[in-house]
Amino acid sequence: MQPFSRDQMARRAADDIPEGWCVNLGIGIPTLVANHVPTDREVVFHSENGILGMGPAPAKGREDPWLVNAGKQLITLVPGASFVGHADSFAMIRGGHIDLCVLGGFEVAENGDLANWATSENDTAPAVGGAMDLAAGAKRLWVLMEHTTKDGRPKVVERCGYPLTGLGCVTRVYTNLAVLDVVPGRGFVVREMAPGVDFETLQSRSAARLHLQA
Amino acid sequence: MINKIVASIAEALEGVKDGSVVLIGGFGAVGQPDALIEGLIEQGAKDLVAVLNNAGTGRVGVAKLMELGRVRKVVCSFPRSQGSVVFEELYREGRIELEIVPQGTLAERMRAAAAGIPAFYTATAAGTLLERGKETREFEGRRYVMERALKGDVALVEAWEADRWGNLAYRGSGGNFNPVMATAAELTVAQVQHLRELGEINPHMVGTPGIYVQRVVQVDRGPPWTG
Repeated sequence: MQPFSRDQMARRAADDIPEGWCVNLGIGIPTLVANHVPTDREVVFHSENGILGMGPAPAKGREDPWLVNAGKQLITLVPGASFVGHADSFAMIRGGHIDLCVLGGFEVAENGDLANWATSENDTAPAVGGAMDLAAGAKRLWVLMEHTTKDGRPKVVERCGYPLTGLGCVTRVYTNLAVLDVVPGRGFVVREMAPGVDFETLQSRSAARLHLQA
Repeated sequence: MINKIVASIAEALEGVKDGSVVLIGGFGAVGQPDALIEGLIEQGAKDLVAVLNNAGTGRVGVAKLMELGRVRKVVCSFPRSQGSVVFEELYREGRIELEIVPQGTLAERMRAAAAGIPAFYTATAAGTLLERGKETREFEGRRYVMERALKGDVALVEAWEADRWGNLAYRGSGGNFNPVMATAAELTVAQVQHLRELGEINPHMVGTPGIYVQRVVQVDRGPPWTG
């Protein structure tokens, strides 16, 4: 079995982004997606602190300290970029103008529910950031995450156990083992498996019923 | 002659009362009104409600204000940043209240306050823990949560440049929460790096028109710390 590396997961997601989409990438692994979009494909990256047209990290010596992304890392702009304030930036998100959001996840359920912000109801100082706005407002939500936790617990589940970020919002999941579509009324449908992964293995590492593509 | 430029930080913060709701701009270090926060520490107002995206880092600025016991409550979206040690200590010990608000809802609640809208419905947080205690309503088959406007007594913002009418222009991603916070408070105080003559700022580049700004103070802040 050759599970996808984080970069390969990011690449798989990047492959599926068509030209012209405005895309918001969550902090963590989803940020890697930007590195894998072919340079001849125009995809506009949005950062919730008010940037449309975000480019890669700056070369050494070319940093602009006034340019940071949602994870507060230094970034660059691409030609055609624009700035807005937080209210307008989130109007883009909440008003359904962002074509795709890619987030990390603790759990994704077969009904499309996402849990990715708190691990219990009494979490010490839970931090939600913009995750709930993105989950509710983006046209599509893809989740990029490991298929199981470090101790082997499935993150692809029938119903989320952790507090929800959004209900019925996830449309696709990219894990280190597979690419799954979340189909309303049907659940998880396997689009692709990592090299050497078979359906039985994938099913045994998931806590929801998986379906093969019809 | 209209002149909103004041000579000192102390003058800029004169009259901020105990118990004030203070909106604090910035996203991380970028656009953060550092000198005004330090000034508020000096000024002495206590029992404050601080509205901001992050709950401070290290033991300076907002974190210091909290450590000094001057903040009763924090309203923010992301209190668990790297280095938010002071907030986490106080929160664990039950010495500070937290109202966690999704980032877009936080911005929209202030936008609503500025626009005279007392409350609004949003799909954000519908069906989640953050919906608790709030009115919900269905529109066209989808569930929405009612959120109330959030008005500040004071807004502390940072901009790149300003003129004596209080027009503000931002640099790079330094706008972030600043423009919306500037519109949502009774008293908006702006810390700016450069003062310009009237007419020097291109009207299209004005991010916050002077109508929203009461006081401007010039501070050589230099680039934001982004280490």
